[in-house]
Amino acid sequence: MARIELTVDGAKVSDDVEPRMLLVQYLREKVGKTGTVIGCDTSNCGACTVHLDGQSVKSCNVLAVQADGGEVTTIEGLAQDGELHPMQAAFHECHALQCGFCTPGMIMQAVDLLKENPDPSEEEVRLGIEGNLCRCTGYHNIVKAVRTAAGSGGGAA
Amino acid sequence: MTVTEEPTTATEIGRDRRRKEDQRLITGRTRWTDNLALPGMLHMAMVRSPFAHAKITNIDTADAKAATNVVTVITGADVAEEQGSLPNAWPITPDQVTPPHPPVAVDRVTFAGEIVAVVVARTQAEARDAAELVDVDYEELPAALDLKEAAADTVLAHPDLGTNKSALWVFDSAQAGTGGDVDEAIEKARGDGIVVEREFRQQRLIPAFMEPRSVVVDPTGEQITMWSATQIPHILRFLLAAVLGVSESKIRVIAPDVGGGFGGKLQTTPEEFIAMVLARRLGRPVKYTETRSESLMAGHHGRDQWQKITLSAEKDGSVTGLKVELLADLGSYVSLIGGGVPVLGAFMYNSIYKFPAYQFNCQTVLTNKTWTDAYRGAGRPEATFAIERIMDELAVEVGVDPLEIREKNWITHEEFPFTTVAGLEYDSGNYEAATEKAKEKFGYDELRAEQQRRRESGDPIQLGIGVSTFTEMCGLAPSRVLGSLDYGAGGWEHASVRMLPTGKVEVLTGASAHGQGHETAFSQIIADRLGVPFEDVEVLHGDTQIAHKGLDTYGSRSLVVGGEALVKAADKVIEKAKPIAAHLLEASVDDLEFSSGRFSVRGTDQGLGIGEVALATFAAHNYPEGVEPSLDSDATYDPVNFNYPHGTHLCAMEVDTETGQVKMRKYTCVDDIGNVINPLIVAGQVHGGLAQGIAQALWEEAVHDDAGTLVSASFVDYLVPTAADTINFDIGHRSTPSLTNTLGTKGVGEAGTIASTPAVVNAVVDAVRSFGVNDIQMPCTPERVWKAIHAKDGGGADPTTGDAAPHFDPADVADRTDGAAQ
Repeated sequence: MARIELTVDGAKVSDDVEPRMLLVQYLREKVGKTGTVIGCDTSNCGACTVHLDGQSVKSCNVLAVQADGGEVTTIEGLAQDGELHPMQAAFHECHALQCGFCTPGMIMQAVDLLKENPDPSEEEVRLGIEGNLCRCTGYHNIVKAVRTAAGSGGGAA
Repeated sequence: MTVTEEPTTATEIGRDRRRKEDQRLITGRTRWTDNLALPGMLHMAMVRSPFAHAKITNIDTADAKAATNVVTVITGADVAEEQGSLPNAWPITPDQVTPPHPPVAVDRVTFAGEIVAVVVARTQAEARDAAELVDVDYEELPAALDLKEAAADTVLAHPDLGTNKSALWVFDSAQAGTGGDVDEAIEKARGDGIVVEREFRQQRLIPAFMEPRSVVVDPTGEQITMWSATQIPHILRFLLAAVLGVSESKIRVIAPDVGGGFGGKLQTTPEEFIAMVLARRLGRPVKYTETRSESLMAGHHGRDQWQKITLSAEKDGSVTGLKVELLADLGSYVSLIGGGVPVLGAFMYNSIYKFPAYQFNCQTVLTNKTWTDAYRGAGRPEATFAIERIMDELAVEVGVDPLEIREKNWITHEEFPFTTVAGLEYDSGNYEAATEKAKEKFGYDELRAEQQRRRESGDPIQLGIGVSTFTEMCGLAPSRVLGSLDYGAGGWEHASVRMLPTGKVEVLTGASAHGQGHETAFSQIIADRLGVPFEDVEVLHGDTQIAHKGLDTYGSRSLVVGGEALVKAADKVIEKAKPIAAHLLEASVDDLEFSSGRFSVRGTDQGLGIGEVALATFAAHNYPEGVEPSLDSDATYDPVNFNYPHGTHLCAMEVDTETGQVKMRKYTCVDDIGNVINPLIVAGQVHGGLAQGIAQALWEEAVHDDAGTLVSASFVDYLVPTAADTINFDIGHRSTPSLTNTLGTKGVGEAGTIASTPAVVNAVVDAVRSFGVNDIQMPCTPERVWKAIHAKDGGGADPTTGDAAPHFDPADVADRTDGAAQ
């Protein structure tokens, strides 16, 4: 067991974890952040994407111990003071989700994308979210949502 | 007769309401089954067979049992008496060969991925670790893997059955009295007409919903509660009871948030049955969540058919007959719908056309692969693919545009209602109008002109245009019809409307959404019908204790059947409210009219809102004699017919003839799905459906090695498309309201998937037809496309020259390993 301390969605947390525990398992099982989900075993689907120290990571591809001392933002910490993050609002407005399982990861990745590139072209959006799979939407409305958010401060997170 | 009118313009119906469901989903406030944690909950892990076919000679569980925090380890033999056999709800013929399907294999495994032992431990990690310690001895048996060889009984998937052939299902229009003799038609065409024969391959696909399947069973209450990531909580409850002998009244099934299904969660699974058995045995809650590789390997697969198609026509292209011979791979068991999936296609091969003679033969075959069942479209994509591919081939034979050959043969809008050669009555449609609109949106003539220019100039990038004018049947359907096909259930749907004292409305539906947006669309229907605000309607579903009766969500049935049940229940509420309102208003029922949520006395300004009537009924201080003090109403709706969405899909593909790479240039579709409740949701369904159908054409395939192991068992190898693979879709609508339900709606969930696959393949083939190509097997990978182009020349038509490949110049010996020579 290893002792880790980190900040998750603004709150300080500390636990003893097995060294092999993945960050996504830590978030779900220990911290109760079940908004972040597991969709595959191979880091392909991106459903577990969170921000670690301000950068998007697939939390199934990071050990919990690697996040020690870090700052994690999950989908549950994105809305501020009851206000949806512009990316969340854009996903709602553009009908960019159906079953919603990929949505937390997709939104977190999209927020990160706009941070790097505040006004991406359609092509840049498509390449920027390539690591996140969605089976419902055909991506049409996700791309639209990301570009909509780009016009309304979607990168500010 | 055809009715053509604009979608209804009532307040809510037709509005692009943003979804009620979204708030939870975009903030992570979700209830996926895997999120559940109950006090004392145990975790299961499965030990699965690495072999496609083998005898289990010994299982040593001692080490696993001795591991820390392991509670129990069971094998098939340990639960053989109580685990039952997983049900097949649709034996397609009376003599169907159906092997027993134990949830945990007892003495023999029949596909790679089948469960042979189950470990239960205090944590998931410990359960998975201990599963590694279970030592299973196998004696490998020859495996039936290739569908055609299996159909010849070369190797038996189940040796004791003596055959791999499960059932032969035949429809013949001459015998059914719905048309002529197909063999005569073909014979005649061989003499003086055109016969086109093709064999198409429907590759095996995997539904690949994003949420892995998960189940939690809590046996601690009076009712045993199962949460499951399922499309079918009601059917699951019924079958758990029927198979395991537990009283149905003691089982509650909940489908909480469910992350997609696409038919893949239209199943009763071994994992659900084992969880039920073990939770009862242990008296503690148990949970099982599959890994993605388990999901891809052991969740049911779809498609997997060989399709032999013979089309006969007059010289002018008028089709005279269609004969279909299918081999359908069931995998190693006959699953819930099993052989019924290809049979659903039996009624769709004739599609939108007036064929005088038709015969459909489907042989279902057992193999040692993962069992197959419904995947988005279920039987209808396969049928649509075959007919739309071969209509293109007929057009080539006749030498006309593919749209022209279709127009020559399709049912015209004046001819509805039309009884097809497969015996269905199409109520409405307008193929001409959808096609005309699609052509215009697509820029059909301009793209054809560009195609011509590229052909003439020998452009290495060739352009192909693919057509698919599809129809489908959805909303499974009149229960009597399903009964006549030996389907194990009905086709009705149930709904309840509860009027709360505060005027809010609770709607209970037997449909069970997993991404479709029922909460929003159904709220719109009820808001209009009862004249209450959209926000005041709460749609409850997916819990057998709340929505106690239903047949769940699949086959594009929720709106067309479930929505209609809602309408009927709401109408009953109004009827029940009328005498109470009349009583309160001191008027005669006959003088009351109901409009926009208000009962008014005709010719006066007196009236009461339905909410006021609901409150007065709740108080029950003042209501007429002989009337119950309740407005709550139920309705069970059994459809009178299927409904028949249709549309014209046009696809432009660019093919790099030097590399075989294909690129989608444009995709346009105009669908006729009748009246639209919520255009935003409809667009989403179409986009997603298109992506899945396009994925079959271009990327996805479940690939097994020679030993029967699934090698595409992760998202590294099973190519679910990404945002970078897809394009924006150009979608449109044209509405011919359905006459089979009062809302005038048709299904939309599967349309995109059904229509798009042949449009894409037709486009790819069209692009390279000048190279003598007349078919490319799916998925149309660059390798297959390149090989098709070069099938006749034995290699590159234009051999690579030295200039184009300087690295291969034998005179060039520069060392570039460190970049110094560059």
